[in-house]
Amino acid sequence: MSVLHTVNKSPFEKAAFESCLKHTGPGDAVLLIEDGVYAAVKGTAVADRIAGGNGAVSLYALGPDLAARGITESAVIETVKVVDYGGFVDLITEYDVSQAWL
Amino acid sequence: MSEQEQEFSGSDVQKKFLYLNRRAPYGTIYALESLEVVLIGAAFDQDVSLAFLDDGVYQLLKGQDTKAIGMKNFSPTYRALGDYEVTKLYVEKESLEERGLSIDDLMEITYEDEDDDWAEKPSIQLVNRSEFAAIMAAQDVILSF
Repeated sequence: MSVLHTVNKSPFEKAAFESCLKHTGPGDAVLLIEDGVYAAVKGTAVADRIAGGNGAVSLYALGPDLAARGITESAVIETVKVVDYGGFVDLITEYDVSQAWL
Repeated sequence: MSEQEQEFSGSDVQKKFLYLNRRAPYGTIYALESLEVVLIGAAFDQDVSLAFLDDGVYQLLKGQDTKAIGMKNFSPTYRALGDYEVTKLYVEKESLEERGLSIDDLMEITYEDEDDDWAEKPSIQLVNRSEFAAIMAAQDVILSF
């Protein structure tokens, strides 16, 4: 069973992102949405948590939420793939279950 | 001007109001609500300043485009604050750094200084964390968002 994890809280304000990373297994994916997308930005105090991943977990960020917050795709960490709403739906269907870290 | 507004603006009571913003925009309603209240305070001729720390610094990022999420982009309103004589926007340096940001990533927000031949001046002032305590202590009222 593979799990799609979504995080919608800023990593600087809530522990949701950190807790999510601690509970992912190989083959899982993490999709950052809403204020969660701030975790996808290069050069932040939490950027190492993503950059330090071993690639066993796929990382995604929702493009419309990045754009709304003024984050350009060039500011996003390379290992994070930017998806649109259609990509969000694809991920939901691709993984067996989803868990929202609210 | 309504009778009530005249009563307020006619009085000599002017207080120092600090609006302290700690939340990112769009994920919650705090940032937008703060802006609304700031404009109300400014209409009553009060001494208004804004502080941006923690995730609040994200409110001032340039290039916000909310079309795809179907929400109102209220970021241009910050640039209009100068017209309401809201000219002091304190941004915490450490909060920017923790988020991989610098002042160059923020919108250019200016005001025209009537005491200096309407010279255009920056509204944003970078402030160290240690300086924020003094800014807060100098206020009559702090409103938290």
